[in-house]
Amino acid sequence: MTSTVVAPDSKKDRRKTAQMSDRSKAEERLGQKLVLPAIALMLLVTAFPMLRAIYLSVFNYSLTAPDDREFVGAQNYITALTDPLFWETTLNTVFIMVVTVAVELVIGFIFAMVMHRVIFARGVIRTSILIPYGIITVVSGFAWQFAFSNSNGFVNEWLPFLDNSFNWFGEYGSAIAAIMVSEIWKTTPFMSLLLLAGLAQVSEDMLEAAKVDGATWWQRLWKVVLPNMRSAIMVAVLFRALDAYRIFDNIFVMTAGAQGTESVSFLTYRQVIEQFQLGIGSALSVLLFLSVLVIAGLIVKIFRVDLAAARQEG
Amino acid sequence: MGSPMRSGSRRRRTGVAVAALALCSSMLAACSGDDSGKATLNWYINPDGQETLNKLADDCSTDDYDIEIQLLPASATDQRTQLARRLAAEDSSTDLMSLDPVFVPEFANAGWLAPFEGDLADEVVDDDVLEGAADTVMWEDEVVAAPQWANTQVLWYRKSLAEAAGLDPEQPWTWDQVIEAAAENGGTVGVQANRYEAYVVWINAMIMGAGGQMLEDTEAGRDAKVTIDTEAGAEAARIIAKLADSPAAQADLTVSNEGTSLGQMFPEEGPGEFMVNWTFVYKNYEGQVDQFDDLGWARYPATVEGEESRPPIGGIDIGVGAYSENLEWAQQAAVCVTSPEAQSQLAVNEGLMPSRGSVYDSDELKEAYPADLLELFRNSIDGGGPRPKSAFYSQISSAVQSVWHSPDSVSEDTPGRSESFLNDVLDGKRLL
Repeated sequence: MTSTVVAPDSKKDRRKTAQMSDRSKAEERLGQKLVLPAIALMLLVTAFPMLRAIYLSVFNYSLTAPDDREFVGAQNYITALTDPLFWETTLNTVFIMVVTVAVELVIGFIFAMVMHRVIFARGVIRTSILIPYGIITVVSGFAWQFAFSNSNGFVNEWLPFLDNSFNWFGEYGSAIAAIMVSEIWKTTPFMSLLLLAGLAQVSEDMLEAAKVDGATWWQRLWKVVLPNMRSAIMVAVLFRALDAYRIFDNIFVMTAGAQGTESVSFLTYRQVIEQFQLGIGSALSVLLFLSVLVIAGLIVKIFRVDLAAARQEG
Repeated sequence: MGSPMRSGSRRRRTGVAVAALALCSSMLAACSGDDSGKATLNWYINPDGQETLNKLADDCSTDDYDIEIQLLPASATDQRTQLARRLAAEDSSTDLMSLDPVFVPEFANAGWLAPFEGDLADEVVDDDVLEGAADTVMWEDEVVAAPQWANTQVLWYRKSLAEAAGLDPEQPWTWDQVIEAAAENGGTVGVQANRYEAYVVWINAMIMGAGGQMLEDTEAGRDAKVTIDTEAGAEAARIIAKLADSPAAQADLTVSNEGTSLGQMFPEEGPGEFMVNWTFVYKNYEGQVDQFDDLGWARYPATVEGEESRPPIGGIDIGVGAYSENLEWAQQAAVCVTSPEAQSQLAVNEGLMPSRGSVYDSDELKEAYPADLLELFRNSIDGGGPRPKSAFYSQISSAVQSVWHSPDSVSEDTPGRSESFLNDVLDGKRLL
């Protein structure tokens, strides 16, 4: 695999095939055979449900009236895409995604720096930063719901400018803030882990050189550290953005979608699980899948990062 | 590089072993019933009245089968989805289930409930069963469940408050009278108006009280006729708006539920409240408050003067899973756990009112409740107004909630908006 590391540009694949020796060809064939069972299993467990969802999405189909199932073509998609509720929840989901990922990126980076630079009690500090990530999201949702509760929570008590009876879940702004706090608290450690990996790759020599040249700490951060970990940041943002777009647990636990805090996942859940509307629900889950693809594509475009390059460095 | 990898795989192996152990033990538990040679009937219950239900399960077990209680989650939505998931997968271990009446048409239409036939049907729904309760278990002319207990709402109030307002306890009261009486005397009116099922219960009761109904021809499923934008619907909207604007509205009106207004009945300051609420209220206050003697009860308020109110109907019906391996035994067991004796125990021990008229005359019940209250419960259930019986009820309910909530936004065009939204939802043209 060393040959791929030196191949710098995107045309490397074609050149590689031309230069491949018999031995590496045989190795590649063996490799393909070895991954075949895994691919077959993947197809079975992921492709089947996806195809099934696409199939179901063209029917008007309620679980409680199985005999009334009728083929409606693209009607479910038209219904979803023309319904203001769908766009409201999409907007809300994007809002959650942008805010949480941005906040997590900043806090996560600070944590990563701490974990990277800390010289004493390294294990303890690293572990304590990572603890929230080990907690199940539903548990974190309940914990924060109790924390924000106006009857037995501590948040109102601690915030001097708030009345103790303030109901965080009574209106959109505060409810969505509470959900985002829980989400950020829970997933920032993941972000900082990914960033820590990137930070570890920034060569000390370059930092030394910059220091010798008289660069300030701030300049070293912006001119040396961040550009050199761009692909790590990209991976972190990509993973977290996709996760955040599919947010469900915290909303389910904390508001159950009240006050307009619904996400696209939650809307889909309600159609399928609560209303038993398999047709429109499947259409929504297909749309959710497509939007996740679009977001992934956008992030890769924006950061102009070659995924393969990111993989080699990471 | 070697050592962390190894420890990782060791950990993974431990994980697999734990999972395998858990799987084995759950399989063992599932099989243990068969070892004794006796069948096990699973009865999925909601958490109300567990102690008595456990006793009923014991009493109704026979030499052929044991009834085992399985507990469902507390929220009605979760109960429904859990049962539906099992039944949609044709689960043969779902034998008996406690069903909220509004789920019965949905489940029956999907073919998930084994209907009671012949003599069994006559036994489950005979003349003794109160009309409001009997109506909840009928679907397409078949008896698809057995009424176990019935719930209804009455108007609970402070006698001193009603007296101060000059309300005549001999006459039926209207919503207008109640709201005005509370407002003029510093009292409040307790209702359930959070965005959840009980808000639909309230709206439905008021529409029916005005002689209307939310939908006609509900057995037609998606093609049912929506009749909310009518005079009756307008009356309901008017009353909700009136309460929301009135000083009699409670501070938490928009998030109120069955529990929130209980504390307002005997507050430290103020004259108390009028509250529409289910039958459990009596036992809730009995022996708990000093001024218990001041607690009064009356029939559910009338929507329009001169027309009898149609109190809400709730309760629990016992359904038998269509895929049960022991269908006959399960139906036998269903008859047993809904017998007059069983109903009497539920009423006395748990405050869950009987669906059979004769049980109201039993001595145990007369000891536990005042005679006039029993009479009121019985009449309310007999004359109750059920919610629409439709295979699409959960969609109907959500659609109504989303337009009518919050109560302080209800106005004269709410019924019209509600009707067109519900039509679109039933046609699959709108999301919920």
